[in-house]
Amino acid sequence: MTLPPFERFYEEHREEIFSFLVRRLGRARAEDAFQETFLRALRAYPKLRHGEHLRAWAYTIASRIAIDEHRRPRPDAELPELAALDGRPAFAQLEHLADELPPTERAAVVLRYGYDLDYAEIGVALGSNATAARQAASAGIRRLRRKELQ
Amino acid sequence: MTAVSPDLDRRFRDAAASENLLDVAYDLVDTPIGTLLIAATERGFCRIAYDAEPDRELERLARAFGVRVLRSALPIDPARRQLDEYFDGRRHRFDLPLDIALLADFNRRVLRELARVPYGDVVTYGELAARAARPRAARAVGTVMHRNPLPIVLPCHRVIGANGKLVGYGGGLERKEALLRLEGALL
Repeated sequence: MTLPPFERFYEEHREEIFSFLVRRLGRARAEDAFQETFLRALRAYPKLRHGEHLRAWAYTIASRIAIDEHRRPRPDAELPELAALDGRPAFAQLEHLADELPPTERAAVVLRYGYDLDYAEIGVALGSNATAARQAASAGIRRLRRKELQ
Repeated sequence: MTAVSPDLDRRFRDAAASENLLDVAYDLVDTPIGTLLIAATERGFCRIAYDAEPDRELERLARAFGVRVLRSALPIDPARRQLDEYFDGRRHRFDLPLDIALLADFNRRVLRELARVPYGDVVTYGELAARAARPRAARAVGTVMHRNPLPIVLPCHRVIGANGKLVGYGGGLERKEALLRLEGALL
């Protein structure tokens, strides 16, 4: 089977690869990973010798990118502060403490660490923006730390 | 719903083009004489097709230039813009890089002469053959016109029979007539 023009390969696999990445990484991170997957595929495409197993090949690239993406420390992560203190606490252990936070901080902390949303998404959920969401989560975490130390 | 959004799709296609990862970029361009499939390599525009069957056209482009064929509006924009101006009557000359390196010498020579035939003018097959230094090759010039990879931009519609008849056109005689009418070469 000869290698089809890249357009055909892309059209055939983009939807399922994107769904796969959304399941692995969540929607926001899936978009970057999607682009990276198909750019990487495009770079390697002319080296393929035939058009067999292209679906498996696409999944292999997407999985590797999803794994890298998981390992990559997030520049906006706040938890290392806490982790440095006494090991990274599971969110479940913090949840009861979060109940006592002011509503905005509580929502920001729960969405960030309980549901793994990024700050842009939290900003939308709170009706503000990413910066405000980050500040709220950060203030909430500081407050929780103080409580934990008490 | 986790469908690829049009925005994400476009971002990928733009990125593929701007990182120079494509052998051929192509897009569909609407004009008053129909939708054209226009393709470009990194050296220049290589194909303008009337009534293209995308599957067959993409296969042909992949065979000729490489398998990394992807629809991407960005590299095609200059042609889209200049064709808009042409069909508005605001442009008489195309200023686009062309990639005709894969054509045979004779075809390239004829097409280069063809490119010099000005807007609003016509030339006969025999005359064009003479200009390409092959005065008896009118029929061969006809074949080159019929296989012109870049109609409109390389104006094979300006080539007519010695008797003044339009003779033929890869995109159909109606289009040849429409183009010549637009240019004021036909009343």
